[in-house]
Amino acid sequence: MSVHLNKNSICVVIGASHAGVNLAFSLRKEGWQGAILLFDKDPEIPYHRPPLSKTYLSSDEGTNLLKSVESYEKDNISLNLGISVSSINRTDKTITLNDGTIQAYDKLVIATGARPIIPPIPGIETAAHVYPMRTVEDVAHIRKALHKSLNKRVVIIGGGYIGLETAASIKKLGGRVTVLERETRILARVTAPEMSNFFMQLHTENGVEMLPNKNVIAIENTKGVNTVVCADGTQYEADIIIVGVGIRVNSELAKEAGLVIENGILVDETARTNDQNIYAIGDCTFHFNPHYNRHVRLESVQNAVDQAKVAAAAICERHPIYDAIPWFWSDQYDVKLQMVGLYEGYNETLIRKEDGESNKFSIWYFKDDTLLAVDAINNAKAYVLGTKFIKDASKIDKSKLMDASIPFKPGDLLI
Amino acid sequence: MAKITFITRDNETIILEGTSGSVMQLAVDNGVPGIDGDCGGVCSCATCHVHVDVGHHLKTGEATEIETDMLELNDYANERSRLCCQIQISDAIDGIVLQVAESD
Repeated sequence: MSVHLNKNSICVVIGASHAGVNLAFSLRKEGWQGAILLFDKDPEIPYHRPPLSKTYLSSDEGTNLLKSVESYEKDNISLNLGISVSSINRTDKTITLNDGTIQAYDKLVIATGARPIIPPIPGIETAAHVYPMRTVEDVAHIRKALHKSLNKRVVIIGGGYIGLETAASIKKLGGRVTVLERETRILARVTAPEMSNFFMQLHTENGVEMLPNKNVIAIENTKGVNTVVCADGTQYEADIIIVGVGIRVNSELAKEAGLVIENGILVDETARTNDQNIYAIGDCTFHFNPHYNRHVRLESVQNAVDQAKVAAAAICERHPIYDAIPWFWSDQYDVKLQMVGLYEGYNETLIRKEDGESNKFSIWYFKDDTLLAVDAINNAKAYVLGTKFIKDASKIDKSKLMDASIPFKPGDLLI
Repeated sequence: MAKITFITRDNETIILEGTSGSVMQLAVDNGVPGIDGDCGGVCSCATCHVHVDVGHHLKTGEATEIETDMLELNDYANERSRLCCQIQISDAIDGIVLQVAESD
C-alpha cells in the first residue's frame, strides 16, 4: 500500500510557520490518511509573519492566524508548540525532541525557516532593548519598550525591507527613527538604485532619518541609554535598537543528519532532499528555478506556500514540479510595493511612470530582451502584467512600455 | 452579525456567520475550500477571489482599483469579482451569496 493511503503512516513536520502549516493542510487535501504532526519552538498559534513589521507592530489589531485552532482539529493535524527538535535520526526514521522524546516518521518535512542575524558588534550583547524582527515575541518586546520609553529614540540597523517597514510602523507609533545602512544605498541587495532613491525620499518625507554609509562598529551603554557608534565616528543615542541585517538559514538539523546543504537545504523539483523520505520547504531550501535556470534560496511567503503544496503532492505520489515565478510585497506608509521575478543578472532597467501620478510607477528589469523582474509601486496592473510576461517569456516592445500613453494591456506592449 | 453563504467550486454550500474582520478571514477560519488568503489580507496574492451573486453587489460595493488590477488578466474575473479580503463583515452585507471563483 502507498504510504499516504496507510492510516498508520506518520508525517512529521519540523517548523509550523507558513511553509509547515500549509504543508500540513495541503497534505490532507491530497489524501494523506495517516497522522500529521507539526512541531515548532514558537509557542504561539502559527501566525502570518509579514504583518509583524507592518500592521501588527503599528496597531492593536493582534495577530492574524494562519489557520484557526478549529481548523487543525477538523483536519486532525496535531500542533505541538513550544517544542524544539534536537536531532533527526535517518537510519531509525525518528526525530528526537528537546525533552528526549523520540518520535517516529514515515515522511519528514523540514520547514525550519531562518533566524535573524545578530551581527557581532562589540557591546550588542549588553546593550538595552536590542531586538530582531521575526516573531510575535519580538514585536511584543518592541511595543512594550516603546510604550515605556520617554524619548522613543529608535535606531534601526539595516535598511532592507524589514528595517524600512519597521521604520514606517514605529513612526506611526510616534517614535523618532534613525535607519543606519552600511551600504552606499538602502535596499542595495534587493533592488535597483531608482527604487532605493524612491524609498529614501519616502522615509525622509515621513520624518525618518535615513543614513547610508553607516557601518556600526560598537554599541555603548550608559545608564540604560545606548549609543550606537559608526566607523566614521558619528554616534546615535538609542532607547531601542532594532536589528534587520538579514537572516541565517536554520539548516543545522539537516546538516547534522547528513543532508546536502548548499546555501540552504538542497532539494529537487518536488522539494525532496537527498533522503527519499525527507522533504524541505520554504526559506530554508536551496532549489532549482526553471524560469531562471539556476538554484535559488528565497525568503518569501509565496515560496513557502507554493513549495509546501508541491511537497504535499509529491508525498502523496503525484508528480508535481515546482516552477513558480517568485513574488514579494512590502507595505510602507500608504505605498504598496509588489515585486515579481528575480532581477539578478539584469543589464537594463526601464521605468514606466503613469501620467500625473508621482507615486505610481514600475521598474522593469531586463537582461537584453528578456524580462527578468518587475517592481511596481502602487501599480498592481504593472505587477500582474509583468507576471504574465515573465511566465510567457514574452518579447516586449520597450519603447511602448515606456510610453504611458499606451494602455497597459498585454497586446499593446509586445513586439 | 452577517450571514454569508459561500458556494464552493464543487457546488457545496457553506453558510457562515460573522461580526467583524474580513470575509476572507471568516472563510479561512472555517476552511472554505478555494479561499486561501495566502498574503493575509493585503491584496497581494489574489487567492480569495469570489463572484458576488447577482443582486448582492450593492451590499458589498464595487471592487476597488487594486482588486480590479490584480484580477486584470484572470480568466475567471468578471464584473462581479471581488477579492474578499477587501470585504469587511458588517450588518450591511447580511445575506450575501459568494461563489468561489475558479483559479488558473
